[in-house]
Amino acid sequence: MTEAAVKTRPPADKPAPAVPRGKTAKNLSGHIVEIVSDSGEGAQRCGQALGAIAARMGNGVWTVEIIPAEIRPPARSVAGGSGNRIRLGSGPVTNGGNETDLVIAFNEQVLLGRVRTGELKPGCTILLESMWRESRDNRIAASYVETHDQLVVAGYKVIEAPMERECRTIVADAKRGKNMFALGMLCSIYSFDLQLGRDQIARTFGKKDASVIESNVKLLNAGFDWAESNLEFKYRIPATRSTEPQMVIDGNTALALGVLASGMEICAMYPITPATSVSHYLSAAFEKVGGIVHQAEDEIAACTFAIGASYAGKCAVTVTSGPGYSLKQEGIGLAVMGEIPLVIINVQRGGPSTGQPTKVEQGDLMTSIFGSHGDAPKVVLAPGTIEDCFYSVITARKIAETFNMVVVVLSDASLATSQTPFTRPQFSEAWLAPPIDQSEVGEGQKPYDWNPVTGLARRFIPGQPGGMHTLTGLAHDELSHVAYDPDTNERSLRARSHKLAALQKTLTPPPVFGDPKGDLLVIGWGSTKGAIEEAVTNLREQGHKVSSLHLTFLQPMAPGIKEIMQRFKKVITIEGNWSDDPNDEIIDESNRRYSAVAMLLRSRYLIDVDCWSEVRGQPIKPNSIERVLLEKLKKK
Amino acid sequence: MTIHATECLLRMHDQHHELEDYQSGVPRWCTGCGDNAILAAVQRLCRDEDLRPEKTMFVSGIGCSSRFPHYMKTYGFHGIHGRALPVAEGIKMARPDLNVFVNTGDGDCCSIGAAHWIHAIRYNMNMTVMLHDNQIYGLTKKQASPTSPRGTKSNTTPGGSYLEAMQPLTVTLGVQNVSFVAQAVDWIPEVLYDIISKAFKHKGFSFVRIIQRCPEWLPNTFEPWMQDPLRTLLLTHENGLTLSPNLSKVYKTQERHDPMNINRAREIASLQDPIPVGILYNNPNVPCYEDIHNIGQQRSTRYIKAGLEAEFDKFTIWPQAADGKIQPGA
Repeated sequence: MTEAAVKTRPPADKPAPAVPRGKTAKNLSGHIVEIVSDSGEGAQRCGQALGAIAARMGNGVWTVEIIPAEIRPPARSVAGGSGNRIRLGSGPVTNGGNETDLVIAFNEQVLLGRVRTGELKPGCTILLESMWRESRDNRIAASYVETHDQLVVAGYKVIEAPMERECRTIVADAKRGKNMFALGMLCSIYSFDLQLGRDQIARTFGKKDASVIESNVKLLNAGFDWAESNLEFKYRIPATRSTEPQMVIDGNTALALGVLASGMEICAMYPITPATSVSHYLSAAFEKVGGIVHQAEDEIAACTFAIGASYAGKCAVTVTSGPGYSLKQEGIGLAVMGEIPLVIINVQRGGPSTGQPTKVEQGDLMTSIFGSHGDAPKVVLAPGTIEDCFYSVITARKIAETFNMVVVVLSDASLATSQTPFTRPQFSEAWLAPPIDQSEVGEGQKPYDWNPVTGLARRFIPGQPGGMHTLTGLAHDELSHVAYDPDTNERSLRARSHKLAALQKTLTPPPVFGDPKGDLLVIGWGSTKGAIEEAVTNLREQGHKVSSLHLTFLQPMAPGIKEIMQRFKKVITIEGNWSDDPNDEIIDESNRRYSAVAMLLRSRYLIDVDCWSEVRGQPIKPNSIERVLLEKLKKK
Repeated sequence: MTIHATECLLRMHDQHHELEDYQSGVPRWCTGCGDNAILAAVQRLCRDEDLRPEKTMFVSGIGCSSRFPHYMKTYGFHGIHGRALPVAEGIKMARPDLNVFVNTGDGDCCSIGAAHWIHAIRYNMNMTVMLHDNQIYGLTKKQASPTSPRGTKSNTTPGGSYLEAMQPLTVTLGVQNVSFVAQAVDWIPEVLYDIISKAFKHKGFSFVRIIQRCPEWLPNTFEPWMQDPLRTLLLTHENGLTLSPNLSKVYKTQERHDPMNINRAREIASLQDPIPVGILYNNPNVPCYEDIHNIGQQRSTRYIKAGLEAEFDKFTIWPQAADGKIQPGA
């Protein structure tokens, strides 16, 4: 510990009771808890702190941010709830799970928002701030009482918690600090070591005045004590600590760390939700290790700036989300035509148009594969976990530079803001690219000397004597001379296409989760991996012959997928993009629109792949998937 | 190892470049097109400055002017419409060692790429930008451009164009961080060369608007100015252009203009008749984006590893990092 860290470590006011007073903790294998408040009341920080404490206890954790679309939505509004949802488990947790078991709500309106979106388990426990009952505003008091009573009638276990009143005994403004009171309550409820809570406060407020830490610790202790004395229940989720070092980050930070680890030095971007935090993290990190984030004047400039930097020898990355990705399309075509390596990270959100900026959707797969104009082959891969986010960027850079191609990394809003522990990566020199080649180009060598089989050509970089040529977005021959003749045009299109085939030859079939054959194969991609595999595990425990396959490479697809599908009686994809429900009145087999991967699999492998998808802006829950798969198993 | 004097001389000879070392292919511009004059001036500049062809970059967008890089035996980047500037910025950021030139037209720069133009002025990256302004879309066969004088008859404005022409010089001089603005005309090659040369030597974003003739679509637009040298205002100054006695005799309308005087530069910029020619503004003290925001030190593997491990430490929750400075979820 550094001296500073020691100094700011708060003193333990009193030791945490080793045995809860008069209560025995009920053992659980997992639990889902939410803290939700008005924006600015600190529920997110409380949730993050709880996640960190749980991770330190050795529990599996998956946190999901509850984010309103606006920065300051009106107080006490149904759509304005802000907070965090934390899934706790004994072992590793791979997704946000099903409905919530326990909620702490700072007012009844934000709570209603969660009830109405169907995020709460029927009959779950609610700890509700009770101050509104005594509000001087009659409408607020009435609204509180009405909601409270309705929830009680609906079967929820509503416990009124006087958080405001208790906090006011410690601080003048309870708005600042109620979140730490809530954290104390949660430490009691889940039997977490209160010292870890105090340490977390020291870390969170480390840069602030010691008095800030002190008052927050008091609030934490008070919340703990209140819960110990007033709540009848207490849980314990036994931890099975990993033997390997663990890191906790969200998907966007993982992507940014991947950029650092890949050795990329230039990131050109334009702010867009939910991708922007990648560049926030990178901006700070680059200041320490070298490199720049260029905030361009628009998405088009971000893309073409990155293309210029890549062309000049530094593989660059641009980070965006759907609408920004659309704007980059012409630039992407240029990079394809010029065979300039480029990494594009698209953190998908709900679309089309401005859509749902803070919500999850997997709607950009088709535009990633087929986007831009003409035949513009590019590589598309999608991380399935937060850990994958890190490694996928390293892989993307390698492929981009080896094949001189555009590589699109498709993450999404769910991975972007979720946090979970994973094994700390071991640095490898192989992650980095060699220095820029400035050696002389031998006589007779051509800038597009396409290999007749693989389409690959050596890339010339400015500064190399003898390599002078003009890169052009026009059709061109091996010398990069503008060429309109039919043979050259076809030859160049073939070369650019065959690079995908050459990459495909290096891929290995994806592993099947579950038995290699059976009744039903579930195929997914991207952030749904954890939820799908959890559903499959549950169904297999019930005796169903279900397995799953997760696709990381969407373009090109790995070999062996057809053979895997053929070993199952039925195949279905689970995706977070639109597909028509065949039960809808107007939908039949001749007009049904399939979800993206289902469409790709059907057309490529001529197998009758079904699909089910959900575009509710929330991560797909394992129990929704289980229900769908059971139905699919039952169908003839 | 010692090098013999003869070998030294041979090397110097090898590294010295002639005009043909910069010439590539036969330009496919129309006879009488102003682009030809610009190409000749630029090739001469490259030779006179002895620029290493492999360290020299011409970046362009789309349009007649943007064919320019194909006729230079250097590295070239003939990209997409309107985006020459951000591509050039990316190149310069990645490789400050390269000499970067940009060739763009009135459609490319002032219409489809206008947003990039404004911001490129602000970035003030060290590059020489030539706006080939013929006041008409040529490659797509005669449509009005933003700089077409009001009333220009074109295929999209058969009754004459509706709007007043945009003035690229006033726009450029209106943007914060502007550091070099000049105007040339294709029919005075000596001054064109001098201006491009000054632009090249300025460290920063050197913007040269070159008024050029389009013999195909607007053959007579500049006839009155070519016929009457008094309708050209030549700007002279010891920190700007100095005219040869011969030129001074022909172009008698002159003004001694200090290129540091931005207010007078803005007034001159709005003149349309006489056409001002010369260096309107030259401020060597505006910082370049790549000097104040750059990749930084050379990054060795060891350096990257150390930086990365420090970042990993920050997020490691188990076991705790040795220094205790860990902030998961913060």
